[in-house]
Amino acid sequence: MKKTTINSAHYHLGGKMVDFFGWDLPVQYSGLSEEHNAVRTSGGIFDVSHMGEIFIKGDSALDAVQYITSNNISKLKPGKILYTALPTENGCFVDDMLVYMITEKEYLLVVNAANLEKDFKWISSKVERFGVSAENLSDKYTQIAVQGPNAEKLLTQFTSDKIGELKYYYFLTGKIGNIDAIISRTGYTGEDGFEIYFKADEKTASDLFINLAEKGKDLGIIPAGLGARDTLRLESKMSLYGNDIDDSHTILEADLGWILKFKQGDFIGKEPLLKQKEEGIRRKLVGFELVEKGVPRHGYKVFIDGKHYSEVTSGTFAPFLRKPIGLVYLPIEHSEVGSRFHVEIRGKQIEAMVVETPFYKRSS
Amino acid sequence: MDLTNYKFSKDHEWVKIEDDIASVGVSDYAQKEMGDVVFIELPEKGSSFVKGDACSNIESVKAVNDIFSPLSGEVVDVNTTLEDTPENVNKDPYRSGWIYKIKFSDPAELTDLLDANQYEEYLKGI
Repeated sequence: MKKTTINSAHYHLGGKMVDFFGWDLPVQYSGLSEEHNAVRTSGGIFDVSHMGEIFIKGDSALDAVQYITSNNISKLKPGKILYTALPTENGCFVDDMLVYMITEKEYLLVVNAANLEKDFKWISSKVERFGVSAENLSDKYTQIAVQGPNAEKLLTQFTSDKIGELKYYYFLTGKIGNIDAIISRTGYTGEDGFEIYFKADEKTASDLFINLAEKGKDLGIIPAGLGARDTLRLESKMSLYGNDIDDSHTILEADLGWILKFKQGDFIGKEPLLKQKEEGIRRKLVGFELVEKGVPRHGYKVFIDGKHYSEVTSGTFAPFLRKPIGLVYLPIEHSEVGSRFHVEIRGKQIEAMVVETPFYKRSS
Repeated sequence: MDLTNYKFSKDHEWVKIEDDIASVGVSDYAQKEMGDVVFIELPEKGSSFVKGDACSNIESVKAVNDIFSPLSGEVVDVNTTLEDTPENVNKDPYRSGWIYKIKFSDPAELTDLLDANQYEEYLKGI
């Protein structure tokens, strides 16, 4: 199994390890709900080194990245980040990702671990004609996410860079401890927080992680695993590739129209998406709550007026909101808030209702 | 706590016998493994199970967990207070976290269960 540079720290901190797409990573340490709620109220530290880092370099880097993504890369400036899709030719998802503009000639693309090989192959083949290089440096980079209202307080103890001045979706290149790092104000939890990318050996990376956990204690910040990462992102209605977005649902159907910038020029998948926008979508990803008791889970069947229509794409009992929530594709005529349908749970039809999303939104 | 009067299955259910009725719950080890319990699908009063049947489900945030009846018999009572306080399975698994009571039909099945010491030994091997 693949190990991140932080692997030994997970064992040291009592992480419960699982095989996550070939990576030996902690699903939890002290407990999923405890970690989830710590992130909402104080903070959590995550090893997300399995994420992929692909660098695009060359004179036409801007044009190349613009062509392979749906959002408008030309509005970036150095130090700014954009959430975007890597669309298929028919307007669905190869993946979703973050784009960091380092300079006009260099961009960092952060992609999902499970898709890394596929993405890198896709990206390499698509940017070739722009004469730019695509380099997969995922194995070289460690990534730690520090998330939660106290994240800044903790990190300022580890860097002299002015991270407090960073706005949401901006980054700086500086130092964490004495290690060169990219520090960005981003995250996958719905809270304020930072994601830190750096190159380090196992000892340095593990020591840093343990140090963060140690110093975090006084601030209520604890190590958090993949379980909490998943429930946190779902409460905040952030999509997960393979669950809520994939290569068979379009960006419009996924309700991510805001990352489509049709005026930016040509990009992969633009024509079918434009056509679908004009004609209107027939199904849409929506958030729901169960009206009756139960917990909806990924893959459970969804019925509308007694007829099987789709499956729950993501579902859980929301640890902070304390209610059963989920995401599902519904026909557009059934997608308005308040619409009722049923989720089949162990043979029983449990009533559910479409609700406003995100389920959770931080107040500050 | 004193678990002298409790017996355990290898699926991590406990039973406590009073005459021909056994209370059934899940062990402290099981509740820790499940984590935050949020909903329990109780068996129906009056239903009958054969030892090993999945008779109830415990939903935690993490996953759904089957409860396998450690004894054969008829369900004579269910702990409806868990409908509003499912967290009792976490907080107090051996007392207020009981799930159902079964009138067991085959006392010989009790010999298949482990006592507290045997169960503790069994957990060491997991």
